[in-house]
Amino acid sequence: MSNRVINLLVPIISIIIGLIVGAIVMVVSGYDPVQGYIALWTGIFGDSYSIGNTIRQITPYILAGLAVAFAFRTGLFNIGVEGQLILGWLAAAWVGYAFELPKVIHLPLALLAAAAAGAFWAFIAGFLKAKFKVHEVIATIMLNYTALYIANAVIKKLSDGSFKTERIHESASLRSPFLRELTDNSSLHYGIIVALLMVVVMWFILEKTTRGYELKAVGFNKNAADYAGMSVNKNIILAMTISGMFAGLGGAMEALGTFQNASIKPGFTGIGFDGIAVALLGANTPLGVVFGASLFGSLKYGALNMPNAAGIPEEIVSIIIALIIFFVASGYIIRVGLQKLSKKKEGQ
Amino acid sequence: MSFLEMLYFIIPSAILYATPLIFTAIGGVFSERSGVVNIGLEGLMIVGAFVGIFVNLEFASSLGAATVWVAMLAAVVIGAIFSLFHAVASISFRADQTVSGVAINLLGLAATVFLVKMIYDKGQTDMIDQPIRRFGIPYLEDIPFFGRLLFHDVYSTSILAFAVAFGAWFIIYKTPFGLRLRAVGEHPMAADTMGINVNKMRYIAVMISGALGGLGGAVYAQTITHDFSHATIAGQGFMAIAAMIFGKWHPIGALGAALFFGLAQTLSIAGNQIPLIENVPAVYLQILPYVLTILALAGFIGKANAPKASGQPYIKGKR
Repeated sequence: MSNRVINLLVPIISIIIGLIVGAIVMVVSGYDPVQGYIALWTGIFGDSYSIGNTIRQITPYILAGLAVAFAFRTGLFNIGVEGQLILGWLAAAWVGYAFELPKVIHLPLALLAAAAAGAFWAFIAGFLKAKFKVHEVIATIMLNYTALYIANAVIKKLSDGSFKTERIHESASLRSPFLRELTDNSSLHYGIIVALLMVVVMWFILEKTTRGYELKAVGFNKNAADYAGMSVNKNIILAMTISGMFAGLGGAMEALGTFQNASIKPGFTGIGFDGIAVALLGANTPLGVVFGASLFGSLKYGALNMPNAAGIPEEIVSIIIALIIFFVASGYIIRVGLQKLSKKKEGQ
Repeated sequence: MSFLEMLYFIIPSAILYATPLIFTAIGGVFSERSGVVNIGLEGLMIVGAFVGIFVNLEFASSLGAATVWVAMLAAVVIGAIFSLFHAVASISFRADQTVSGVAINLLGLAATVFLVKMIYDKGQTDMIDQPIRRFGIPYLEDIPFFGRLLFHDVYSTSILAFAVAFGAWFIIYKTPFGLRLRAVGEHPMAADTMGINVNKMRYIAVMISGALGGLGGAVYAQTITHDFSHATIAGQGFMAIAAMIFGKWHPIGALGAALFFGLAQTLSIAGNQIPLIENVPAVYLQILPYVLTILALAGFIGKANAPKASGQPYIKGKR
């Protein structure tokens, strides 16, 4: 088996094992896995309304996945997507309601604000890594909590003690009557176009620009890149900043598309952490991220149908997602298994 | 509130909030000293909190006063078993330790909320009847000032936490086991050459972190929240990681940092009742532990050095 086939098989096998273990958990807990998976399936694809909402759910996952994948490709691990996304959400909502501008200016401005907020928060981690050798994993975890508490405090202040900001103006909204009508009044919005555009942007930066080449080179081998005259520190900061920009835009999808405001959160949204899974499944490539996001977005939205249709708690899907992450991360053992399998076949 | 009354309120409360952090942070010290990064402490605490509340609810009527101890013991055992996920993935299967830890956090939360819904048919358990209760230590509490401050509202779990901290210090720095543990975390190949089984040491260390993380969660749930839901453990595991780093991967350092973070938590929760800081927005105190950790890592508050091999799988024969 060639390396390429194995690289493709590892995530697929991980997904299958995840679904099988999920089925076993359902059986052991006294639920019917067939009913469960049928409920999941109809929750995702049942009618045009479900499909619309599934795509809406996929949108922020694409951007969170891009953020993690971009950092990974440059040798960095951005666990801070969650915090960057929360601040992007807040920035987009604030620009959305505080200004009154024509749509052609207002919407791009709100998106830009979200990207800038996310980029700034990630820049901090990149700066700390480049200048003070602070490991980005720990720095971004700590920045997640700081972002959550700061965003909550700012929302409380902005809304005079309420739990959510004012509704954004129509001129900043990503909502689209056309898409809604097309999908039986679902909350599908134009954000998916922004997300797919960013997929192209990431591909372009990494594959078609000199800067992208440098970023990847630093990710492959810091010392070699340094020897070749590239500034490692500058590239680390830049990579984190771009990664945070994607994450911030993910927040804008929620602010300008789905919720039309920013509200106080008792805890994390989870989108940023699932973005790690999305990136891993997508092998950190832009196109792979689209597939990973589609899988996780579908599972997450379809799961909401499980308690009603099959009486199974929706958390079963979170268990499956966590298991898939385990198996993808443990890809080494799957590789070993596959290589043994293919050797046996050759021997026959 | 007079200044004295304020102290009598703040200090016991700070120790209360610090206790679960002490257990969990020291669990983290064991794991990282052996070279395995454990981002999954939050998930381990969640599992411990669930097990603690579950055992307490189910067995309180038959076990009476012993309930809390049985519940904590169960959390220790289940926490150690649950941490095997992380151990197998990151030690044997050479998974990225950070990714595996993230998965532990997601799995811990999802599995426990799933179980709560399955067992109780709702998203949140009832309140327990037998929480861990505070008490006054005879004679010691009569000491002027210090008695009221330290020995009047004591939880037995807090005493245990201090004992665990000093015990961990003794084990890590004064026993052959501790020497092997540190060797494995600093230079696994050298340790292997000396005949130490690197993977076995790492498995033991991760399981200790699971046991202590589970204990931390059970203590938190049984002293502070008294029930279990998805929001019972909201960041305490990460605060424990922060305490571990702030304490420079040293048990006594972690103890000190946990106490300090406990103080920050008390002030952010009850700050509006306390003169002097009532006008300080709570958000500053909420973010304090996290900001301080970043500053510590940046070297502004002394140098913090992680064990050298932390985060790398050990592969025999590779150099």
